[in-house]
Amino acid sequence: MPRLVSHPDEVKIVTRRFGQGAAAIDRYIELGGYEAAKKCLAEGPDWIVNEMKASGLRGRGGAGFPTGLKWSFVPKQSAKPKYVLVNGDESEPGTCKDHLIFLHDPHSVIEGTIIAGLAIGAKTGFVYLRGEYRYLLEIMEKAVADAYARGYLGKHIFGSEAEFEIITQTGAGAYEVGEESALMESVEGKRGVPRIKPPFPAVVGLYGGPTVINNAETIATVPHVIAMGAAAYAAVGSERNGGTRLFGLSGHVERPGVYELPMGYNLKKMIYEVGGGVRGGRGLKAVVPGGCSTPCLLPSEIDIGMDFDQVGKAGSMLGSGGVVVIDDQTCIVEFALRTISFYQHESCGWCIPCREGTDWLKKSLTRFHAGFGEAKDINNIQYLAENMMGRTFCPLGDAAAMPTLGFVKKFRKEFEEHLNGKPCPFAKHVQLAVI
Amino acid sequence: MSLETMTLFSPKLAARFDALVEKYPVKRSALVPMLLYAQDEIGYLSDAVIAEVAERIGITELDVRNVASYYSMLRFKPAGKYNVQVCTNISCMLRGAYEVFDRFQEELGIGHKGVTADGLFSLEEVECIGACCWGPAIQVNYEFHDELNAGHVAGIVAGYRGKALAEGKADHA
Repeated sequence: MPRLVSHPDEVKIVTRRFGQGAAAIDRYIELGGYEAAKKCLAEGPDWIVNEMKASGLRGRGGAGFPTGLKWSFVPKQSAKPKYVLVNGDESEPGTCKDHLIFLHDPHSVIEGTIIAGLAIGAKTGFVYLRGEYRYLLEIMEKAVADAYARGYLGKHIFGSEAEFEIITQTGAGAYEVGEESALMESVEGKRGVPRIKPPFPAVVGLYGGPTVINNAETIATVPHVIAMGAAAYAAVGSERNGGTRLFGLSGHVERPGVYELPMGYNLKKMIYEVGGGVRGGRGLKAVVPGGCSTPCLLPSEIDIGMDFDQVGKAGSMLGSGGVVVIDDQTCIVEFALRTISFYQHESCGWCIPCREGTDWLKKSLTRFHAGFGEAKDINNIQYLAENMMGRTFCPLGDAAAMPTLGFVKKFRKEFEEHLNGKPCPFAKHVQLAVI
Repeated sequence: MSLETMTLFSPKLAARFDALVEKYPVKRSALVPMLLYAQDEIGYLSDAVIAEVAERIGITELDVRNVASYYSMLRFKPAGKYNVQVCTNISCMLRGAYEVFDRFQEELGIGHKGVTADGLFSLEEVECIGACCWGPAIQVNYEFHDELNAGHVAGIVAGYRGKALAEGKADHA
């Protein structure tokens, strides 16, 4: 069972019911559950969308798109059925927050999905979990069945004239499916290959109908925004970044775990105070601030607020909120190789720059790490990665290129130390990434 | 082949599949879950499994293979009764996932994608399983084990050996 952690600086909004048995519907109701959905039913779609806009809630999947704005893009009239699709494919290395949401508070996902459905006029919501999360899917399915039994889902939700169905769906192992258009393909029973945009899902989405796709954390946050009021939620965060975020501290940190902190919380403080500093009192080498696709930050760059805008200004991204701490005994070339091996494995092969680019980057870095790099390879790695950027249907190509560029630019010296048959100064594993 | 008279799956799973194809707006949406549940019961996607799933959904076998080959959890060869999946992605790697993986290789005497001679275990190095803050983490089938180090490996293997033995005894009783 994943360990729950706590720190006095946390502001527990989304994690408020964690560890309190709220997976049971009675307990969820006892803790104020489903009141937000009832309120939304009474207030109507325009009110809901305005509340979401005022809350400053931005997509927790990584892109940080304002949730209220996203919902407002869905046309009011549609010949085809509209859908809500909850993205619980959580696969970005460094990220395990949705894991805890499904485990401890599955009804918040259901309630958020109902509210999103009311806002856009959808009668069906899909909750998609990655295949590895089987035990969480079972928890989710039990919660959905319980909500049906109470009449919170079905033909007349909460005794009203409104109808809403939730269908759970499992993946079967694919990082790529976390991308929204690939996710829709997967739900439709196809290979998770991305679709070209436009049209955007809000207009032509699942089964061709207008679709809102939100990350599971975003959806689980929605009932809390409604319950506490948009203004109060917005006030917790920083400018243009409403509320809190589930930050996952992992890697070489003394107290790893998922912490709910206000948006804009200082990264240095997060590592040294909340996380207890670098493990074993070692020095800090780098931080990956938002899941493995985000460019790393140097110790001199971490005195920043963790919100979408401030991390962007620092040259990286807030991404999924997965903060990976790397100590000074780690070989960055090895780390870069492990990162690119992941993308090479996960590239669906649809777009050539991504398929070929990840493969060549992996080959180059494998050679480098084995000590057979050549000086020109460093520039070649950079050239390859730069030419993957923006040239693919979905962001997987960018996600592979960005961290690689960051490592090469910020740790060029370490790459140079691996040249011409010199052994890796940190060598632990010569053979890596057999996948 | 008529599904009423012949199915590869247990009556329980067959009934589940009957419901699954009705669950979605489009039948085909049942494909990925159906393949995964079929694999859970049969052990892998055999030709016969693919044929039956294709018939249940109403698509070609080629189409089923095309989709199945995309998803990394789906396999076309049998794995061990207990499929040990060691995450070695960044967060787990930083906390010693390769030591854990190496120890599993020694303990089981097999490498990546290997299966033990008795068919009890298989081993895989896998990508992120969503347990980054509790790494190094592994999954044995769907069961998570987290906050591991190499010292835990022998105990985990012994635990599953014991489980298999107990199940075997129960079967003979």
